Amino acid sequence: MNMKNGKAYTFGDNIDTDAIIAARYLNVSDFDKLKAHCMEDIDDGFAAAVKCGDYIVAGENFGCGSSREHAPAVIKACGVSAVIAKSFARIFYRNAINIGLPIVECADAANDARNGDVISVDTERGTVNNETLGKTYSFPPYPAEIAQIIKRGGLLK
Amino acid sequence: MVRRKCSPKNRTIATYLSKNTTDRLFYLIKTPVSFVFCHSEPSAKKALNAAQPPHNSKFLIIMTLSQKILSAHCGGSAVAPSQMIMADVDLSLGNDVTSPVAIKAFSESGGKAVHDPEKVAIVLDHFAPNKDIESARQCAACRAFAAEQGIKNFFDVGQMGIEHALLPEKGLALPEMLIVGADSHTCTYGALGCFSTGVGSTDLAYSLKTGKLWFRVPQAIKVTLKGNLPPNVSGKDVILNLIGKIGVSGARYASLEFFGNVSALSMDDRFTVCNMAIEAGAKNGIFPVDDVTLEYVKSRTNKKFEKTDTSDIRADEYEREIIIDLSKLKPTIARPHLPENTVTLDEIAKEKIKIDQAVIGSCTNGRLSDIKAAYEVIKGKKIARGVRCIVIPATQEVYLQALRLGYIEALIEAGAAVSTPTCGPCLGGHMGILSDGEVAIATTNRNFIGRMGSKTSKIYLASPYSAARAAISGYIG
Repeated sequence: MNMKNGKAYTFGDNIDTDAIIAARYLNVSDFDKLKAHCMEDIDDGFAAAVKCGDYIVAGENFGCGSSREHAPAVIKACGVSAVIAKSFARIFYRNAINIGLPIVECADAANDARNGDVISVDTERGTVNNETLGKTYSFPPYPAEIAQIIKRGGLLK
Repeated sequence: MVRRKCSPKNRTIATYLSKNTTDRLFYLIKTPVSFVFCHSEPSAKKALNAAQPPHNSKFLIIMTLSQKILSAHCGGSAVAPSQMIMADVDLSLGNDVTSPVAIKAFSESGGKAVHDPEKVAIVLDHFAPNKDIESARQCAACRAFAAEQGIKNFFDVGQMGIEHALLPEKGLALPEMLIVGADSHTCTYGALGCFSTGVGSTDLAYSLKTGKLWFRVPQAIKVTLKGNLPPNVSGKDVILNLIGKIGVSGARYASLEFFGNVSALSMDDRFTVCNMAIEAGAKNGIFPVDDVTLEYVKSRTNKKFEKTDTSDIRADEYEREIIIDLSKLKPTIARPHLPENTVTLDEIAKEKIKIDQAVIGSCTNGRLSDIKAAYEVIKGKKIARGVRCIVIPATQEVYLQALRLGYIEALIEAGAAVSTPTCGPCLGGHMGILSDGEVAIATTNRNFIGRMGSKTSKIYLASPYSAARAAISGYIG
């Protein structure tokens, strides 16, 4: 999948699922309602500013903590095209794949990207393009079984 | 195919056949002195011959404890790290936060009847007893689904407890089972020698529908325990010490497998240790089955179960080994805002950190021994002025036992508030939310920003002993 250009929103290491969507809001499970609180405790302007097609770029262990699928689901509901990180916590990783939110493990791209850079991702070619920096990065292909789930658009599709 | 299991006395050459992440077959030949990867069967045979002629085709399939259980749930063939497998699930768990999302995914994908209602458990514990209309609606959705699907292991207010304390109590988690739960602390049950891991709601929907789930086989870190715990040091201090050593992503994607002097840890201590394996990023935590496990399980159920053989597990199968000398451990605290920010209680005491609230409970530390540890510190004393001490027994059974043993009475007399079982404040749900800038010491499992309320509040993670001390002095120490 070749995604269009979007703005990078950068975050640090160990962004936990409580930061992505705080548990205090999980008395409802309507992701369109919950998306207004995405990243609220660490960046309260994010949910209002992020536009469809933008990207989240983060450091190590993105999505650590709880198993709540609400975390990748609100990111997806915000219109984020993909999350690029140095590494992902394992439950977040499988949740994102299971609901069809593209996630990319690419340390160099995550290292270099600055807030606001214009980037794009091509999951089939395995590349991240940072237009602002004029650099292209490659990431390894997904294991075949995971690639199939992504291709179908999620585990239950 | 070079895949035969040998008797332990012929354990001179080991090999297994597996897949790597790019789906290419490989053979890993291990000998007592070296190992070699081979990408074809002829080259694997050549390597074997070169390694130790004559080997008489005696091969050992070597796996970690977790890998053995996964292997037993996907047809019995050997599995290797990074391999993708579809495995049979023995128990699927959901709660009032994650089940509604799973139920929706289940029905939207055309699900009519769950694969096996006997292999499902739903526990209403996070926002129950219902804290507001929205959470009441989520619980109602779970209740309706459980009734419609004939799910017997549905635990509502009055029977429920915090899921990870409740399921072992009810004899639903047993050795060598494969358990998945749409809650990250599902890793708790590994204390009983099963493979148990947290998953998402779509995963739960899939396992409800098919009885199976996909897994990437984890590598493992071996944690070898030595010596015995000093007084007032518990499982919480063991796991905080380990997370402090390896960091919150130190075991990412891996199993944490505990060996050595495991008999030094009680069943409750082991539950606490495995409960927080996820806080080091682990896929699961697991203890081998011993007499302590057997005594516990037999007191809970008459069901038959398998006990995984650990006698042929070799040290070189592990990514790394961490040795913990239990006798050297001290009560340990994790500072805000990550569980890896550990410091010993005697060190942090020098800082005179004043607390507003002490929470004793949660799936990590709400069991009877935890309530007892708090009671022993608090009995006959008073909770410090200005401190709210909230004690939450994890299950109805724990609550009732603590009541009969006089713990609850003594805690109430000291000025503690005792609640019906709920996850409550641990996840900032209800029953003890922090205001701006407030400081809590909590026996819970996460001290992330905003976890227990305001994003400017602070949580120090601790054992029941350390939390109870702070509750009566008003300061951490």
